Amino acid sequence: MAGVRISGLHKRFAGVHAVRGIDLDIPDGEFTVLVGPSGCGKSTLLRTIAGLEDADAGTVAIGDEIVNGVRPRDRDVAMVFQDYALYPHMTVFGNISLSLRARGRPKAEIETRVARVADLLGIVNLLGRYPRQLSGGQRQRVAIGRAIVRNPRVFLFDEPLSNLDAQLRDEMRGEIKRLHQDISTTMIYVTHDQIEAMTLADRIVLMREGWIEQQGAPLDLYEQPATMFVAGFLGSPQMNFLRGRIVRSGEGAAVRFDGEDTSLVLPPGRERKGLSDGAEVIVGLRPEHARRGVGVEPVPGVVRTEAAIELLQPTGSRSYATFRLAGQPVLAELQAHDVSRPGERIPIDLDLRRAAIFDPQSGKAL
Amino acid sequence: MADAATRPLRIRSRATAELPRILCIAGFVIFVLVPLYWMVVTSIKPTSDYLALPPVWFPAEPTIVHYTAALFSYRGLDGLTNSIIIASASTVLSTVFGTLMAYSMARFNTGSGHLAFWVLSQRFLPPVATALPLFLMFRSWHLYDTHVGLIIVYTVMTLPLSVWMMYAYFRQLPRSLEDAALVDGLSRWQALWMVAVPLAAPGIVAAAVFVFVAVWTEFFFALVLTSRYAFTLPTVFRAFLGFQGAQYGEACALATTSLVPSIVLGILVQRHLVRGLTLGALRG
Repeated sequence: MAGVRISGLHKRFAGVHAVRGIDLDIPDGEFTVLVGPSGCGKSTLLRTIAGLEDADAGTVAIGDEIVNGVRPRDRDVAMVFQDYALYPHMTVFGNISLSLRARGRPKAEIETRVARVADLLGIVNLLGRYPRQLSGGQRQRVAIGRAIVRNPRVFLFDEPLSNLDAQLRDEMRGEIKRLHQDISTTMIYVTHDQIEAMTLADRIVLMREGWIEQQGAPLDLYEQPATMFVAGFLGSPQMNFLRGRIVRSGEGAAVRFDGEDTSLVLPPGRERKGLSDGAEVIVGLRPEHARRGVGVEPVPGVVRTEAAIELLQPTGSRSYATFRLAGQPVLAELQAHDVSRPGERIPIDLDLRRAAIFDPQSGKAL
Repeated sequence: MADAATRPLRIRSRATAELPRILCIAGFVIFVLVPLYWMVVTSIKPTSDYLALPPVWFPAEPTIVHYTAALFSYRGLDGLTNSIIIASASTVLSTVFGTLMAYSMARFNTGSGHLAFWVLSQRFLPPVATALPLFLMFRSWHLYDTHVGLIIVYTVMTLPLSVWMMYAYFRQLPRSLEDAALVDGLSRWQALWMVAVPLAAPGIVAAAVFVFVAVWTEFFFALVLTSRYAFTLPTVFRAFLGFQGAQYGEACALATTSLVPSIVLGILVQRHLVRGLTLGALRG
């Protein structure tokens, strides 16, 4: 087992600067998820750690050893690929045992270790089959078995669940999380799916255009996004963004919307010093922070408004309702029976204590 | 009800639609097989039956005299042996070098397309242009009329073919399989040998068959670069067109004999020529 330390890493492909100076320190045993939209450089970063790509600048260290120039086979990492990459001409046993055979382990040891892994993953009865005879989920298990059979220092996962259907994906996600709890080896996991990132990660590294946009614990990123990009990327449905202008009055501050009477009075502690009077801002409000208003008076920091529901999307446990606030669409996550039909006017409480405020120019949180 | 009424009609019209297809296939089969049959049957006909009218479809008294004459008197057996040695060696060499070169071009973009085109461009050169220089070089290097000499020429001559066939094949092999092998602890050579080559086997076998057939039937270089010792099967056929007229029986006997290795090879590799081994390796 070992941690991974990346310093000043750059990688270019014919004209594309895929990774632009990444510094990342992954402690031993941590489950780190690299997440971002396609083309953000997350897979390239992972492949560079594996040794499948050479870094153009910067270093990759596994444990205490800098591994630039070290061949993939000598890095002692295991990787699970998006397309599973099972060897079609070998049986499941052949697939799982190849790494041990390549290292010249004794036959008895190979059989014991493969049997143990097969048992762990529930694929004992598949050992004699070929990949083409397996279902998607079974292939995924074999691919994971191939990775864990030799106790590598670091596990690398390159979007391993993206080819599975939704139900199987949930199931395998749980299994990967359990696997990490059981063997607690360093895992680096690439995905573009923010739900996978949130559920699996000890730490999320959110990447954009070859940079790290923000990294931290999943809930920290979710609750305190550093930029609008992070705020918009994490969370489903997406955060609502409302464009307005700061109006200061004495100690307090409010957000006013051009040409509208509505204004949102910011709660104490949210009226940051950086918010100068008249400054243009974007208020970020997650759907779950817009609820149906109940009771006489909302608590301080919560603004009550009344709006007609334009669009209603029930999901069973919740209903997503779209209404307009100062002409801008806002999605609210309501209880299933809060609204019975579109067009209904209801009181809605906006919890501004949890809202984020961004600078529209830089996209940074204020 | 309407459905039941129209059903027999539909069956009949389907059979009618099939008819032209069946006729075309039958015509093609006859077109291909009749000359072959005529060749085989002529090889066992007595001399008087060759050009008899009406044609003799099967001789009353089959004979193997043409085979013994073609193989021994005309040294057909020596030609056959030489051809087997030279074609096998050239096929192995061309396939091995072709595999390595194609893999390198496909995976590492060696020569960035220019090399691939250069390899192909070797086929643009008419053999006549190289025959004379080769003849002179081979004579001074003591390669004239040797197995080694012809093997070199045929290996070089067929390399573009094998490289291009395998280049196309390696390029469509998913890269992640070899990546997985490298991470699993294989060296690049092991990844090539244990993963890429088995998966490219259908392509490699197909290329090998093409190379073998090309060498097996090659006449021009064999004629120019050999004489009494390393001559190959195709050059033996010259002897059957002599002053005394055409030796149809001997020619057909040797032609029939020369078909045997190709047919055996075809049967042996047929299984590998079926593609689709990679199906199921990757995403469902």
